[in-house]
Amino acid sequence: MKLDVTYNDEMFQKAPDELRDSEQIRRPSIKYWADVWRRLKQNKLAMTGLILLIIMGIMSIIGTRINGFKYFEQDYSQINVRPNSEYWFGTDELGRDLFSRIWLGARYSLIIGIAAAFIDFGIGVLYGGIAGMSSHRIDAIMMRIAEVIYSIPYMLVVVLLSVVFSTAGAGTSMFVLIFAMTITGWVPMANLVRGQVLQLKESEYSLASESLGASDRWILRKHIIPNALGPILVNVTLTIPRAIFSEATLSFMGLGLQPPKPSLGTLANDGLAGMQVGLFYQILIPAVFISLIMFSFNVLGDGLRDALDPRLRK
Amino acid sequence: MTKYLLKRLVMVVITIWIVITITFALMHSVPGNPFATENKNIPPIVYENLLKKYGLDKPYSEQYVMYLKNIIRGDFGDSMKSDTETVNEMIGRGFPVSARLGVQALLIALIFGPALGAIAALFQNKGPDYIAMIISIIGVSVPSFLLGAFLIQFIASNIEWIPIGGWGEFRHTILPSFALALMPLAQTARLMRSSMLEILGQDYIKTARSKGISKTAVIIKHAVRNAILPIVSILGTTVSNLLVGSFVIEKIFGIPGLGMFFTTSVFNRDYTLIMGVTVFYAIILVTALLVVDIAYMLVDPRIRLTKEGR
Repeated sequence: MKLDVTYNDEMFQKAPDELRDSEQIRRPSIKYWADVWRRLKQNKLAMTGLILLIIMGIMSIIGTRINGFKYFEQDYSQINVRPNSEYWFGTDELGRDLFSRIWLGARYSLIIGIAAAFIDFGIGVLYGGIAGMSSHRIDAIMMRIAEVIYSIPYMLVVVLLSVVFSTAGAGTSMFVLIFAMTITGWVPMANLVRGQVLQLKESEYSLASESLGASDRWILRKHIIPNALGPILVNVTLTIPRAIFSEATLSFMGLGLQPPKPSLGTLANDGLAGMQVGLFYQILIPAVFISLIMFSFNVLGDGLRDALDPRLRK
Repeated sequence: MTKYLLKRLVMVVITIWIVITITFALMHSVPGNPFATENKNIPPIVYENLLKKYGLDKPYSEQYVMYLKNIIRGDFGDSMKSDTETVNEMIGRGFPVSARLGVQALLIALIFGPALGAIAALFQNKGPDYIAMIISIIGVSVPSFLLGAFLIQFIASNIEWIPIGGWGEFRHTILPSFALALMPLAQTARLMRSSMLEILGQDYIKTARSKGISKTAVIIKHAVRNAILPIVSILGTTVSNLLVGSFVIEKIFGIPGLGMFFTTSVFNRDYTLIMGVTVFYAIILVTALLVVDIAYMLVDPRIRLTKEGR
């Protein structure tokens, strides 16, 4: 069959300029973290946690100075006062204002939790990263070591260290508490980072980068770290409540911070004595704040995980 | 399989040895010794005899070897603060109590946790799901010792039959078991919910349903049996969480278990008791982890294959 088409100039006209724009990206492209933030904002529970944390964070800084009482000031004429308009959270058995003590306690609990989580993060990323990028043999040895460290019961080590580094009955310094909690705490983070590195190292885009001549360091910086950041962040968020919980448990066993400095755990421990003589508010208030902090970090961590994981996108 | 087991066994022994060494090193790095700090006015001859009795006059290396040898023979030595009981006798008295509490709590967690999670998954985003999720959020947010205090305040104080503390009869175990069980219960419920949701979306569930098998049978035989696997894998962590919880729960309820001995020994600085209980705990925990791993391999053939492949 013969095609009988005659070409003429009318068929070849210059396209109008507007059509050229159709290839352009009209809307601003949403960056990865902006997208994560957008999805996180839709999660009401996670946002509640975030807002609560911001409020409690601010209050732990300024809360001790709001009502004019100092956390260590003992007023023997105002012993075991129930919460009222003057003492908002009441006073303890030494006549100290619980409102100021709660916020100072929250400050120490938050500092301990966040510091422990970030030390775990630092050691874990370094150790896991090195193991993941090293040869198979070194990786295996490093992971065996981590495995043994992790199977040492964590709380026992924390208790032992607190016993050794505290003078009898006087409590433990914050530094020792943080140190004790990070001794085995970094291992899950190292495992996570190593797993991510191994997985991302084998990904197609890393291979493409490598075949184009990129160095190991470039691949690490441009491909592996940005992609591993999400799961690491979730892990950090979920490590903080664990550390706060451990600290509260230790304090409850009488191995907490040195008095007169309170943490929420020591306040709860003091409150237990109050509860036994009918002063229930003394344990209720610290209990509510410990629970609120744990709740906030847990729901925020869960929300972040959902927001970061594209497979859960609906 | 045998090779893997042997490897794990060696790891267990190494771990326990490390725990013993760390415990020994830490306890001996405390400045002074338990007799020097307390009784400043004991006669020098008595003091020296005390040191001799506990072997504290020998060099550290010799003490360490002695301690290792004794532990291998299953002897944790004498308590430094109690004249009537050895550490072994204290552990023998405390452990059955703690073990009963722990097993009861574990049973509560393992029966109600997965059930709650499964129900939540079957009614996703409906009433039962929200109730289950509220329970599990409370469970992971409220530390067990506070829950224990609340249970005493609201239940034990109001119901005559339930005591506020002590040990002996079954009714003494009810509140502490529940206080101890809530956190693992919440964790297993969350895990069960997410793994049930994943499995309910699988093709083989649809296949089973389309073959005419009843919904209940599919859920029990196909969904639950598969969804329960991840829970087996976290059992080791659950056991160690129960252990930590028991330290404080036993303190609140005044239960004469191992956790109570541990807390009091820490408070009294009874070094031999601290060392004995720590090493004993470590042996129990590491063994529990090993048992869980083996159980997991037996339950899930996929794990067995990958572990052998290594």
